[in-house]
Amino acid sequence: MAHTVESAAGAPAILREVKPAVLPRAVLVENNRSFSWITNKICGIIEDKTPTWWWVCFVVALFIASFTVGGITYLIFTGVGVWGHANPVNWAWDIVNFVFWIGIGHAGTLISAILCLLRQKWRTSINRAAEAMTIFAVVCAAIFPVFHVGRVWYAWYLFPIPNSNIIWQNFRSPLEWDVFAVSTYGTVSVLFWYIGLLPDLAVLRDRFYNAGNKFRSFLYGFFAMGWRGSNRHWSNYEMAYLILAGISTPLVLSVHTIVSFDFAVSLLPGWHTTIFPPYFVAGAIFSGFGMVLTLMLPLRAIYGLQDLITQYHIDCMCKITLATGTIVGYAYGMEFFIAWYSANPYEGFAFINRAFGHYAWAYWIMISCNVITPQFFWFKKVRENTTFVWVLSIFVNVGMWFERFVIIVTSLARDFLPSSWGYYSPSIVEIFTFFGTFGVFSVLFLLFIRFLPVMPMAELKAVTPQADVHAHDDSAGHGAAKVPQAH
Amino acid sequence: MSNIFPKSANKLPLQIIIYLGVLVGIATAGVTYYMTPKYTRVGYAPIQPVPFSHAKHVQEVGLDCRYCHSNVDKSGHSNVPTAQTCMNCHSVVKSTSPLLAPVRESYEKGTPVPWVWIHTTPDYAYFNHSIHVNRGISCVECHGKVNEMDTVRHVQPLSMAFCIECHRNPESRLRDPKDVFNLDSKTLAEQGRHQEAQEYLHNWKVKAPESCSGCHR
Repeated sequence: MAHTVESAAGAPAILREVKPAVLPRAVLVENNRSFSWITNKICGIIEDKTPTWWWVCFVVALFIASFTVGGITYLIFTGVGVWGHANPVNWAWDIVNFVFWIGIGHAGTLISAILCLLRQKWRTSINRAAEAMTIFAVVCAAIFPVFHVGRVWYAWYLFPIPNSNIIWQNFRSPLEWDVFAVSTYGTVSVLFWYIGLLPDLAVLRDRFYNAGNKFRSFLYGFFAMGWRGSNRHWSNYEMAYLILAGISTPLVLSVHTIVSFDFAVSLLPGWHTTIFPPYFVAGAIFSGFGMVLTLMLPLRAIYGLQDLITQYHIDCMCKITLATGTIVGYAYGMEFFIAWYSANPYEGFAFINRAFGHYAWAYWIMISCNVITPQFFWFKKVRENTTFVWVLSIFVNVGMWFERFVIIVTSLARDFLPSSWGYYSPSIVEIFTFFGTFGVFSVLFLLFIRFLPVMPMAELKAVTPQADVHAHDDSAGHGAAKVPQAH
Repeated sequence: MSNIFPKSANKLPLQIIIYLGVLVGIATAGVTYYMTPKYTRVGYAPIQPVPFSHAKHVQEVGLDCRYCHSNVDKSGHSNVPTAQTCMNCHSVVKSTSPLLAPVRESYEKGTPVPWVWIHTTPDYAYFNHSIHVNRGISCVECHGKVNEMDTVRHVQPLSMAFCIECHRNPESRLRDPKDVFNLDSKTLAEQGRHQEAQEYLHNWKVKAPESCSGCHR
């Protein structure tokens, strides 16, 4: 890591007495890489021959995705009863998987929107891939609510379209709010991602044109929508990006808040709690960063992107994971406290049952993965061991899936009436369908890294040390100046 | 930069949006007109095995609806009469008519006359005839003026919208109970007896369900 000392030569005399602490800022692109190196590196991923590992992964991912296709096809032809839902657990893996996938997407929006507005420049290396991850996660998430309606050709009833039945959706239902929240989220995420891609698509168009590949040049050119990199284009681009960041910022908080309303607005003990919105948002960002780490660390290793995704980037991601994971841990504790403090016997029972009832195994998997795992990130040694960070990120993903399972299934399985108590187990069709979504996600992500620039080249260049024309090059060896301030 | 696209490509996004808008508009209009029950069901008048004329039997003979559909005010299902009912008269009247051969055959063998079903209710919708006719909703509301039809035809769409429009304002379709089987009668509202309609609504406890499970049980 290249840290530098700011020159105090021109500072007021008093400062020499005070001796202010040196606050070094991390360099975001290491080894003094040039602009052309960045372009060649990122475009090279697309222009080089398709690597063997990519084909292997792609075929495996397609095979796994076929499980979802098979499960869904069977469901369409047979009915929603092929899933293991039955009284009293009428929401189970479908909603668990939906919340799991939609939560994963949140890291992408956080990185693209909130970190953009807060001028966290380290976001530039990971925002493109994280946004792609968001969109693909929304795709995977959408599969479950759409197909759990059973007769999927009526899924458009979710939207308030005038229809010949002259009925409208129940706008008082959080499930309907969810439709708007998720579809807005998906739309804005796609727009954000696509606007950011425009300059890079134009770069690829020009490079393929110069290389004589007319077909790919045409395709990239078509989607670049005539980007010429003129001053006016950049000015509009910056403004559009800022507006979208502004629109997305509330979405980071609203989407999972509304997802949590699906539960919190009901009256079921274990669901009906006011802590749900912040707890769900923290959990979503937690799981999202878990997934970003899971994806970015192998990508970094395979393509040798260590100069662009530096240790500093990994540190930042680990720290966000730690912070949000700890919030989630706090929420778990607070739920128990409120259950006791409210003196409501049903609430108290719901939580005791969670930790020590029939689903205790799921609860303790959740606690181990979500509360204990992130605590390792306190240690620098851990954060610097990328293999270990990757393994921990997998645990985060597993833990967050179990969190949703615990919340949804344990609460439903033991409701007010002991006569209606039950135990839910997934059917093989559900297991296949969920397993397959990892394939769907992987197929999309593999296509993304093969055909689209995995990092925003133009933005990366703006945060290189060279981009800061006023920087002093007074740390010999690294050639890196203080933090780039330009643009 | 590379010069791949002609200048006219600048207009492409706008053109795509306009074409898509027109296409979606036409598709929506087409589906709304051609694929809803107002088009697909209204006017359906199949040829029946026996050319039974409701007009003749009601207007000339003077039969009440309930002579044949005898359980319509007692049962959820409105029955189609058995051949026995027909033979009450047709063993004497036109007893050798070749047009009535299927009725005689049915009466002899005990197999039903293969009438073609016109007004169907989907199996996911619950409909009870008796509660409607016993609460002042006339046959004519759904079936039209069958008393004037030689061949029965589907007059109303019987779509979900058709049901709900009435369920939301039942007072506008209520009739005096003695007018229910008189298909030429007028509703209380049409006679300007709005106050009475409101009273009926209250006294008979007409609570047309608007919840999903009212019909989709």
